Amino acid sequence: MSLEFSLLITVILISAVLGCLNGGVAYLILVERKISAWVQDRVGPNRAFYGILQPICDGVKLLLKEEMIPKYVDKLFFMIAPAIALITAFMALAVVPFGPTSPSPILVDYRQNSPTYKLAVWPSTQVEYDSVMIADRNHAAENKSVSFEDQVKNYNSHIQFVLAPHVDIGILLVFAIGSLGVYGVILGGWSSNNKYSLLGSLRSSAQLISYEIPLGLSVLGVVLVTGSLNLERIIQHQVDHGWNVLFQPLAMVLFGTSIFAECNRLPFDLPESEQELVGGYHTEYSSMKFALFLFGEYTHMITTSFLMMAVFFGGWHLPFITDPNDFSVFGIALKFAIAAGKTVGFIIFYMLIRWTILRFRFDQLMHLAWKIMLPISLASFTMLVFIIHFKPIGQESIWLMCPVSLAVLLGSGFIGLRISKPSAASTKTKVPYLGHGAGYSVQQDSKIRFESLGR
Amino acid sequence: MKAEEISWVKSPEFGVMDQIFLPAIFTGMVTTLTHMGNTLFSSKDVVTQQFPEQRPNLPANYRGVHRLNRDDEGRVKCVACYMCSTACPAHCIDIVAAPSPWPDREKYPEVFVIDELRCIYCGMCEQACPVDAIELTTLYDLTGHSREEMIFNKEKLLSVFDKTVAMGTDPVRTTHGRLGVASEPASRGVTGSSSMQT
Repeated sequence: MSLEFSLLITVILISAVLGCLNGGVAYLILVERKISAWVQDRVGPNRAFYGILQPICDGVKLLLKEEMIPKYVDKLFFMIAPAIALITAFMALAVVPFGPTSPSPILVDYRQNSPTYKLAVWPSTQVEYDSVMIADRNHAAENKSVSFEDQVKNYNSHIQFVLAPHVDIGILLVFAIGSLGVYGVILGGWSSNNKYSLLGSLRSSAQLISYEIPLGLSVLGVVLVTGSLNLERIIQHQVDHGWNVLFQPLAMVLFGTSIFAECNRLPFDLPESEQELVGGYHTEYSSMKFALFLFGEYTHMITTSFLMMAVFFGGWHLPFITDPNDFSVFGIALKFAIAAGKTVGFIIFYMLIRWTILRFRFDQLMHLAWKIMLPISLASFTMLVFIIHFKPIGQESIWLMCPVSLAVLLGSGFIGLRISKPSAASTKTKVPYLGHGAGYSVQQDSKIRFESLGR
Repeated sequence: MKAEEISWVKSPEFGVMDQIFLPAIFTGMVTTLTHMGNTLFSSKDVVTQQFPEQRPNLPANYRGVHRLNRDDEGRVKCVACYMCSTACPAHCIDIVAAPSPWPDREKYPEVFVIDELRCIYCGMCEQACPVDAIELTTLYDLTGHSREEMIFNKEKLLSVFDKTVAMGTDPVRTTHGRLGVASEPASRGVTGSSSMQT
């Protein structure tokens, strides 16, 4: 008796997800263009059947376009870079639940006296396995609970809407593979043999490494509360105890900001800032290779939106509407719609933020990651550890995390205010404004320096 | 720069709400959503012009395709003085003069060719013309299947005049600008030409 793995269902799910994903990405580009247009008081793409067939036109155009491979590129890496970008984006989606799921049952070893002792390793021999099973059945009979075998039977009776169910390192896998995506960007920029591409990819690597840390720290709190890295279990915990965003709003904000940076979305789109770097890392790419980069980026966006939905907003769960034990067609469709609705909501939020916040300068980007988000996430995580361990107001003390989050945020604001205020000494020396021609401010008494430079 | 010329500008003080970014982002988000809602639910702020169906209303001083003006009798106004082709910085005007078949002028252009692909639409030919014979119109969608097609000869330039007159989109000089002395109506043509000679 173990958890079944149905090859057929998995293959169907994979093809369905990849198919929907490709279509979805194509239409996301249309949605992005439409929303950009609306925000800028424009109409947006409205040819080709009111814009509905625009993605198909784009796809045909990109497929039929001339494929340019510049002469001095590193051909091998130039060819595989878009593929890496896309493959890593797809792989990260493997463990992210996109529909109704239920966590796989845990086998508890009741041969020990302590009932909370959980089996860390699956029994290695048949004899050991049998004895564990017998103990489990006896425990279930004594406590009138469901035995492990029945739980497994129940679990196997319905489809899990996740490509690779019961992966216990789920969220870790998403981060590990998601950050591999930077390889596509770096290889693409480096092999292009172009300064702008290289600059874009270097920025990208620095940015992704910096934002991994607040990303990990903000999710760590959720993992700590749930006690598992398994995304299905994280959703189940939220179904039982309430959504994580209610307890850890600050972690949600930090997570959201970090995934913006991870996806190279607008306030953090320095790798491809077209005003500075021509096109960023994909300057030399054309035709379908360019489209693959675009696809990878939007897939990344979808994956992170799914993750946000699963980790902080209860996955398919909506209070009073969804029933965790309802596995009828209607129930599954409802949960599916709720999960999809939340995800689409985040994607639209992504696109609106693009037209709300300006792009950061590179030093501001690093400042935000290392001097603001890292300390805040560390502080909030430390508070969470204290609350979980000492339980100041009893069993429900996790609710304390909400005011504590606000306090951490305001506290960091006050500290930032004190730090950013110029000291009394520096305010005394007035610097006259003489224009900022070449991007530096000119001080009046710096004439000597200018003369020595011969200007 | 003198000290009294310097005006001191102080940047606004940062409060706690500015320091934690989130309220500022929220207000920004409200602006974004307001614009989006306005565009979606009332299209009065939409600036888009549906180009091939909707044509822009260009001002009369727009510098588009040239035309060669006709006088009251329907003859070409040009006197083949070569001033436009001399003024032309792109050297796109080619004129061959011939003795005029009409008594009121010495020469007329036998050939008048403008290479519209070479032209930079600066309007200097228009300014140079003493008889207001050449003008730039508001026609802007100039297309052709070959380079040869884009070299406009006298007949084509005169047809542009007929077309713009029919459309009622005369250039600014003809509509309400002050015309040169030489382009007075035919009834006063004698005084016009005499003033030119003096």
